[in-house]
Amino acid sequence: MAPVLDDVHPPCPPPPDSPPRDPVPPDPVPRFPALGLYAAVGWGSFRRYATYRAATWSGAFTNTVFGFFIAYTYRALWEIRPHLGGYDLSSALTYVWLGQAMLMPVAAMGGGIQDDLEARISNGDIAVDLYRPVDQQAWWLAGDLGRAGYHLLSRGVLPLLVGGLFFRLRMPAGGPAEEALTWCCFLVSTLLAVTVSFSLRYMASLTGFWLLDARGVRQVTLVLGMFFSGFLLPLTLFPSALGQIAQHLPWAGMVQIPEDVFLQRRTGSALLAGLGLQLGWAAVLLGAGRLVQRAAAAKVVVQGG
Amino acid sequence: MRAYLLVARMWLRASLAYRTSFWLTALGNAVTSALDFAIIAIMFLHTPALGGWTLPQVAFLYGTSGMTLGLADLAVGSLDQLGQRVRDGSVDTVLVRPAAALAQLSADRFALRRVGRVFQSTLVLLWAVSRLHLDWTPGRLLVMVLLLVCGSVIFGSVFVAGGAFQFFAADAAEVQNSVTYGGATMLQYPPTIYARELVRGVVYGVPLAFVNWLPAMYVLGVPDTLGLPGWFRFASPLAALLCATAAGLAWRAALRSYRSTGS
Repeated sequence: MAPVLDDVHPPCPPPPDSPPRDPVPPDPVPRFPALGLYAAVGWGSFRRYATYRAATWSGAFTNTVFGFFIAYTYRALWEIRPHLGGYDLSSALTYVWLGQAMLMPVAAMGGGIQDDLEARISNGDIAVDLYRPVDQQAWWLAGDLGRAGYHLLSRGVLPLLVGGLFFRLRMPAGGPAEEALTWCCFLVSTLLAVTVSFSLRYMASLTGFWLLDARGVRQVTLVLGMFFSGFLLPLTLFPSALGQIAQHLPWAGMVQIPEDVFLQRRTGSALLAGLGLQLGWAAVLLGAGRLVQRAAAAKVVVQGG
Repeated sequence: MRAYLLVARMWLRASLAYRTSFWLTALGNAVTSALDFAIIAIMFLHTPALGGWTLPQVAFLYGTSGMTLGLADLAVGSLDQLGQRVRDGSVDTVLVRPAAALAQLSADRFALRRVGRVFQSTLVLLWAVSRLHLDWTPGRLLVMVLLLVCGSVIFGSVFVAGGAFQFFAADAAEVQNSVTYGGATMLQYPPTIYARELVRGVVYGVPLAFVNWLPAMYVLGVPDTLGLPGWFRFASPLAALLCATAAGLAWRAALRSYRSTGS
């Protein structure tokens, strides 16, 4: 007797002209051109941060308040010592306000992808991410760039505007061509700054694979970043040897170099050297991040198997 | 109080479960707050005085500002994450328990690592006092003790008021950072460097000037160049009382207006 199932569901006849089978099974996800996919991730991240308007406003407000406090301390110092560290008073004040504007985009205090990535590592969701047919590092980098773009537009502009209203700030000067060049180089330098910052934060978060709780490492990297990026005080004011070393460390690429590009203290060959340093560190740190990522992925044991 | 201790002990044990991370964060907390002092020290490499105040005097301001903020942060600092609980509706759980909501929420995610800031600020304060060669009259000692107590109360009130504010604007948690951490940063430097309007704002508006600026003028014997009434130097307890009352009222109003989440 034939099985009942066959009576109910007679086998379908083969389609009249079935296409020749691919040797490789087709991808389960729709194939975006790779760049399009990461652009979509970045744009999604941009929109995600843009959703929380109250958070944006309150954050920009806080940056502005801090800007005031720090600007007054700088003013007190530069009134006693004009041209300290190679900055005049209005350059120094611009340094403060631009620093506040860049704090969130370059995530000098940590955060951004770290919150998500660390949570996903400690609760195990990272296993799902590892299944995705994407490059992990590029995926998170795209998300972080999207976030940085939003933070630059929202939390970068307000402090700079308010600062410019209450203090005399130094905007890029020279002919229109030189001004345009400075703005362009500043944007490139900021993009590199975010990339350097990302690669450091990415590695810090990946330590969660071993420590389960990456908060400690995060705090340590925060301290290093705040101090050596020049966010709190220009590196030229540091005691000479320390300052010299600090200017070549990756953190200098997070705040100090973009600031100097904006203030036109880096022009010509110094400009290229600065951008080159950022690019070099970005490449080295992204490469190191891939090694850590490979080691981490090899270590993952998904629950139950 | 009992509820506070119980909840705090629970979170303490939870944080000690990841030992490496706990010690790194406690150390990191101390070093993070030490950074600000490193910056002050670097500034004083380039000048003997800032706003007319010497390094030990500024260190005194730094130490007292850090200690009072650190103590308040340790006790009730968790309130600055209250918005999260309002958003996801978990304040409900707190409200059905037979204990004061303020005590439970202040102890929520109690973080002993915050003691790092207190410890580091105390060291700086001790260094400052040893360099200042103050004449410790009973009056000075009394004002000093009052400074630490009332300063912590004032900062604590700001945390509570900030928590109350988050009942209405759960996403705007960061605004209060500008008063707490921002205020503490401001109080690390002498009042003479700031614009007059700003100083007025923290005397008559959010009375942060009473945390350490005004009592410090008495303890250090610094003449008042701000033109404020002389008795303001001893008015910290009054300011603390006003702050605590205002924060308490704000907290009650906020709690009463809590509506939980949507459905």
